[in-house]
Amino acid sequence: MALIEIENLDVTFTAKGQRVQAVRGVSLAVEPREAYGLVGESGSGKSTILRALCGLAPVTAGAIRLAGEPVNPGRDRGRAFARRVQMVFQDPYASLHPRHTVDRTLSEPLAVHGIGGRERRVLAALADVGLEPSFRFRYPHQLSGGQRQRVAVARALMLEPEILLLDEPTSALDASVQAEVLNLLSRLRAERGLTFLMVSHDLAVIDHMCDRLTVMQDGRTVEVLAREDLAAGRFRQPYTRSLFAASSSVPTVGA
Amino acid sequence: MSLLQVQDLSVTFQTPAGPVEAVRGVSFTLDRERLGIVGESGSGKTMTGRSVLRLVRPPGRIEATRLAFDGVDLLAASERQMRALRGQRIAMVMQDPKFSLNPVMQVGRQLTEGLRLRDRMSEREAHAKAEAALDAVQIRDVARVMEAYPHELSGGMGQRVMIAMMLIPEPDLLIADEPTSALDVTVQAEVLAILDALVRERGMGLIFISHDLALVSRFCDRVLVMYRGRVVEELAARDLGAARHPYTQGLLGCLPRIGGPRGPLPGLDRDAAWAEA
Amino acid sequence: MAKDTDSPVAKPARAAPAWRVWLLDPAPASARQAMLGQAFLGWLRLTGNPLAMIGLAIVLALLLASAAAPWLATHDPYAQNLPGRLMPPFSPGHWLGTDEFGRDIWSRIVHGARITLYIVALVTVTAPVFGLLIGAVAGYFGGIVDTVLMRLTDIFLAFPRLILALAFVAALGPGIENAVLAIALTAWPPYARVARAETLTVRGADYIAAIRLQGAGHGRIITGHVMPMCLPSVVIRVTLDMAGIILTAAGLGFLGLGAQPPLPEWGLMIASGRKFLFEQWWVATMPGLAIFMVSLGFNLLGDGLRDVLDPKGAK
Repeated sequence: MALIEIENLDVTFTAKGQRVQAVRGVSLAVEPREAYGLVGESGSGKSTILRALCGLAPVTAGAIRLAGEPVNPGRDRGRAFARRVQMVFQDPYASLHPRHTVDRTLSEPLAVHGIGGRERRVLAALADVGLEPSFRFRYPHQLSGGQRQRVAVARALMLEPEILLLDEPTSALDASVQAEVLNLLSRLRAERGLTFLMVSHDLAVIDHMCDRLTVMQDGRTVEVLAREDLAAGRFRQPYTRSLFAASSSVPTVGA
Repeated sequence: MSLLQVQDLSVTFQTPAGPVEAVRGVSFTLDRERLGIVGESGSGKTMTGRSVLRLVRPPGRIEATRLAFDGVDLLAASERQMRALRGQRIAMVMQDPKFSLNPVMQVGRQLTEGLRLRDRMSEREAHAKAEAALDAVQIRDVARVMEAYPHELSGGMGQRVMIAMMLIPEPDLLIADEPTSALDVTVQAEVLAILDALVRERGMGLIFISHDLALVSRFCDRVLVMYRGRVVEELAARDLGAARHPYTQGLLGCLPRIGGPRGPLPGLDRDAAWAEA
Repeated sequence: MAKDTDSPVAKPARAAPAWRVWLLDPAPASARQAMLGQAFLGWLRLTGNPLAMIGLAIVLALLLASAAAPWLATHDPYAQNLPGRLMPPFSPGHWLGTDEFGRDIWSRIVHGARITLYIVALVTVTAPVFGLLIGAVAGYFGGIVDTVLMRLTDIFLAFPRLILALAFVAALGPGIENAVLAIALTAWPPYARVARAETLTVRGADYIAAIRLQGAGHGRIITGHVMPMCLPSVVIRVTLDMAGIILTAAGLGFLGLGAQPPLPEWGLMIASGRKFLFEQWWVATMPGLAIFMVSLGFNLLGDGLRDVLDPKGAK
């Protein structure tokens, strides 16, 4: 049975009397321990799907199921949900509280859920994402972009969730730092048997990380592909082709 | 003689912790061609671009043995001369049009203001010229865009308006700092095509600043790779695959590729020696 | 840009003392050290602003004067001496002169500092706290909660402050405590406004979304995550408002609705000196100068704090 099932999902925002339909009838199913990608350009609704999944965007129609159980369509997902699903945001400069130390950021979820052994767990989490214990009492502005994103990953893993939602986790980072963070995510996934639902505008990143993907445009599904299809250029939609063309021309060293 | 000559350029910031050199001994020349400057954040690529316009705020200081545009010594030029150059002969396009357009002024007025005030054009002439400029950057509903406020435009549209605005005075040199980073790949291609046409048809010089090595290699004629304020490698864009410097190789190597191997991406081991001369 | 951990930092010419090294340690070993280090950096920035330091000196002088009033005062502030009434400044034994009952003006001003500080302290612990809570709650929840709370705020904001305070005091009876209560009741709406505006900018931030995703309740998010972001603006606003608060208290005293005679409250002193303003100008002018100095001190300090605390102004 699929771990995450999204069926005919509609998300409609109402702002200043105008209704904007960000997601229109999208369905997808993510198997346990699978890495699933959502690719599209800005406004395609890919990030909105992640946000709707965890109650940060209004679900106007359709169903979301976690391991077969329907998720409360209201805004509040509750604590049990928090222990199963966590998210890593796009911009590490905006996703860490500027006035909280790394220690506070990482121990807060433990405090919320009344989990003990905080010091031990915080130090273990730092080590897990490749940060020295000396980072524990730093503020976000004392960290580089890559270090911040590592902290954000550590925070998402504090409650030991089984599902990690990744919203463009490397698009704000330099290429070399992107490689480090992607490697970190792959390693953690292998070690912990995590399920990824990852959003990116970069087809190459999705291809590197994910087993299957959905290409999205204007809130709709354009096409669903397996990784092998992508590598072999087996896609049917012209839109996928234009995305592919834009991200497949990296010169190879020594070519 | 080259359009732009830069020799031994350095930009230094005085900070409480001592001087910080954002750019160190950068030299290059530019003709009517597309020059890419590539580097990661903090490499000094943006500061290099801004130095040409002398747009480095204090406490930053620009020094160079030669910094000349079309024979004019930019370091010796008065602030008045610089103002005459900026926008008129050397233009700059920034990453995010949202911060470069006046949010409370209609696009049409922003485009025609300079023409009316500086070039003393009539309202109608200025309007016609602005519409032509928008047309040149492939904007279809010109009339609507002229009436629109910046927030009513999409990112790609805003960036095209920015480019149109910069190109109305027909500059000889355009400095584009990450002009397409905020744009989707499909829009990106259109904006690049516009820039490309301008270089070829008007014989404009272009400095294209970007973090995206792949994009620069596709689009530019020549590439400077910067690391920690220094140019570590200069090469023709088509030879990027044959890059010699380990930093350039590392930057290329750490990018994921469609259909590439699934294992860990190669990291970039920074060698302290790269930052030295 | 954030620096790499191993990036070289220019060494100061002289070796810094150990406490300074400890405070500026880029890798603090405890939450307390991290917090103190940040506070020290703020202090360093504040010391770079000479006007703010002047303001701080004045405020410290006020604190010192109230603490050491019995020792600084040359006379009993209440002791009357009718033969020596209305003596001009620099008279023997009375360097600021005496008032209409022959009381030493310097001693009264020094003791009056205590009353001023008392009023300031009471207002500071009530109005901003209340305003911050109202504003943060309104901004965080939005919708109907926001509408109700902010319309309430608007109603309070619509009254001229002194008139509203007058009405309160008239209803509650004159006295310092009631004056403070009246001032606090009229002073909170601007803080609610500031806090709400700040909350609206952080409400949609990813770090708020992140903590919500971790299952935190509204109370925890508002107090632990939203309020710390509003605090700097509110603190700045408080220091800038302090002058107004002191003036309102003095105004109530002047009108006979605040502190009652013979308390050496500055506004009250001005009121009693008004009768002699043309002949014996010092009776009203000296406490007036004291109010002016303290107001100026808080304003200068507030301006300096804005540069240090305002997250938008910071690099």
